[in-house]
Amino acid sequence: MAQMTMIQAITDALRTEMKNDENVLVFGEDVGLNGGVFRATEGLQKEYGEDRVFDTPLAESGIGGLAIGLALEGYRPVPEIQFFGFVFEVMDSVSGQMARMRYRSGGKYSSPITIRSPFGGGVHTPELHADSLEGLMAQQPGLKVVIPSTPKDAKGLLIASIRDNDPVIFLEHMKLYRSFREEVPEEDYTIELGKADVKREGTDLSIITYGAMVHESLKAAEALEKDGYSVEVIDLRTIQPIDIETIIASVEKTNRAIVVQEAQKQAGIAASVVAEINDRAILSLEAPVLRVTAADTVFPFSQAESVWLPNSKDVIATAKKVLEF
Amino acid sequence: MASNKTAQFDAVKTLSKIEEHFEMFQILDQEGNVVNEDAMPDISDEDLQELMHRMVYTRILDQRSISLNRQGRLGFYAPTAGQEASQIASHFALEKEDWVVPGYRDVPQIIWHGLPLSQAFLFSRGHYLGNKSPEGVNVLPPQIIIGAQYVQTAGIALGLKKRGKKAVAITYTGDGGSSQGDFYEGINFAGAYSAPAIFVVQNNQFAISTPRDKQTAGKTIAQKAVSAGIPGILVDGMDPLAVYAATKDARDRAVNGEGPTLIETLCYRYGPHTMAGDDPTRYRTDEMDTEWEKKDPLVRFRKFLEDKNLWNEEKENESIEKAKEEIKEAIKVADDTPKQKVTDLMENMYEEMPSNLQEQYEIYKEKESK
Repeated sequence: MAQMTMIQAITDALRTEMKNDENVLVFGEDVGLNGGVFRATEGLQKEYGEDRVFDTPLAESGIGGLAIGLALEGYRPVPEIQFFGFVFEVMDSVSGQMARMRYRSGGKYSSPITIRSPFGGGVHTPELHADSLEGLMAQQPGLKVVIPSTPKDAKGLLIASIRDNDPVIFLEHMKLYRSFREEVPEEDYTIELGKADVKREGTDLSIITYGAMVHESLKAAEALEKDGYSVEVIDLRTIQPIDIETIIASVEKTNRAIVVQEAQKQAGIAASVVAEINDRAILSLEAPVLRVTAADTVFPFSQAESVWLPNSKDVIATAKKVLEF
Repeated sequence: MASNKTAQFDAVKTLSKIEEHFEMFQILDQEGNVVNEDAMPDISDEDLQELMHRMVYTRILDQRSISLNRQGRLGFYAPTAGQEASQIASHFALEKEDWVVPGYRDVPQIIWHGLPLSQAFLFSRGHYLGNKSPEGVNVLPPQIIIGAQYVQTAGIALGLKKRGKKAVAITYTGDGGSSQGDFYEGINFAGAYSAPAIFVVQNNQFAISTPRDKQTAGKTIAQKAVSAGIPGILVDGMDPLAVYAATKDARDRAVNGEGPTLIETLCYRYGPHTMAGDDPTRYRTDEMDTEWEKKDPLVRFRKFLEDKNLWNEEKENESIEKAKEEIKEAIKVADDTPKQKVTDLMENMYEEMPSNLQEQYEIYKEKESK
């Protein structure tokens, strides 16, 4: 086992699958010689050649269309959208086309495409680079949406995403790319899509979260422990489909829950999780299920970022409201 | 005030120089005379007859589809009459292993590429099996989002190149489609990768009601190829021989590794945009219709073939009868196909149904069993 950052684990996953399956192609803006703006594809072109790791013209819709077409010729495309804020340029290819391919061809064709993209705030990017747009993707039937929170998860989830025969949006939180290292197995392994992970067990409160907020929630859980509360933290890992079973089992145990997301409050994943808990476990609840989210504004310029983004203090405050209800 | 710019910096002059190169390529004039003997494609008599047969058949299919739509027996339909040379003759230059990536009006090409007629009718009726082309028939469902087929074609073509296949991907859009960003992204990607693609713009003069002049300042659409650094050609889209020759040439170059081509076919749709309430009299004049009908692809090709003793009334009637007979049979097959269920849709969302869908599936299964 090696100690890896998330970005290293992602590169390792790409390398592993390129080795396993010659139909895996990696392409996007600056992913070739340059190894990607975050170096996620570092060294891959050298190892696998320009035929399989290549730069594209600067046009996201073209990248999406290219992926669809290559998939029709039997390839397993892993395109990169350089920053997820650029996704609007490729929305038709993603939502209008890939997500519908299986149905609109009567099951003849599919889109075994994994779109990788950095997202999420806290790293002072310019405008339209950092937005949490995962809700937009999760609302599109036909897609799967995966968000790892640790290097080990990132590798297993990315390999599973590439092997999946349906389109997967694989979102990599920029703040997590190099924030810490952990042991990552060298062999190839997968983590099943659609399965949440209990990152910390507890009995008094369930925090359901994903992405960078997993770490804010874990920090909050530690602080709350000092106040005598036992807090469970569930990392969704896949936000479409959501692992409802794990959430409900946890809530039935703790009887209290909050949902934490970095994205704005309106119409998001957290709202969906709250609704599922209400549908299925309302009689287990001792308190309302509250949310910790960003405000319902567009993503701020960098000066306002640190206050705008939810953090462990916000999580603690909301957790206490529910614990002390 | 006179310009004092030197010639080498005269951007206006450069543009007009480029534009004057895009003259309409024609082999058969509207009277059916060969006006460009040198460009005559190498095509057998049998193939000439087959091409005529397909155009006559497609004209009948169009007439019957319009009437079936009016009777409520077909759904979505985009008329094709007037565009037979552009559609059928371009397709005629292809091989079985090629990919056809159609726009919504390009159903004839995918039928001739191997989609059973009954499925084309199912597509029109909004049945998901309409688009499930048989194995080995490389066609995509007709694209609804204008331009999306262009970027996908670049991808398929790049895939063909990577596989080392001697095949091409051809796609179609209209004059309106050439305004989309995806149009440029498609031709530019294919150009950058020298991918074996053929991009056809069927310039039928109107994007629903918006005239060609309002789409672009460009004198032609073919010249947009220059911006992507690929060859472009302006073709008389009412002339089957010119369309065939241009497409064949584009295909030959593509499979030889010489990259994509943009083909603009100048043509006209006689009917409305679709059968869903479009009224062409709001944006076209009778004079315009009459002028274009004189250029009709069937009329000129019939004349050309009759002069060569390759076509006569009997052959024409055979084609018409064959079309009518097959349409009748295909409608029957479509009628006999069980209606699509919501559960069919659910089964085709993912390879394996996720839990949320599985739960809903049970509800619809129950609903639809009643």
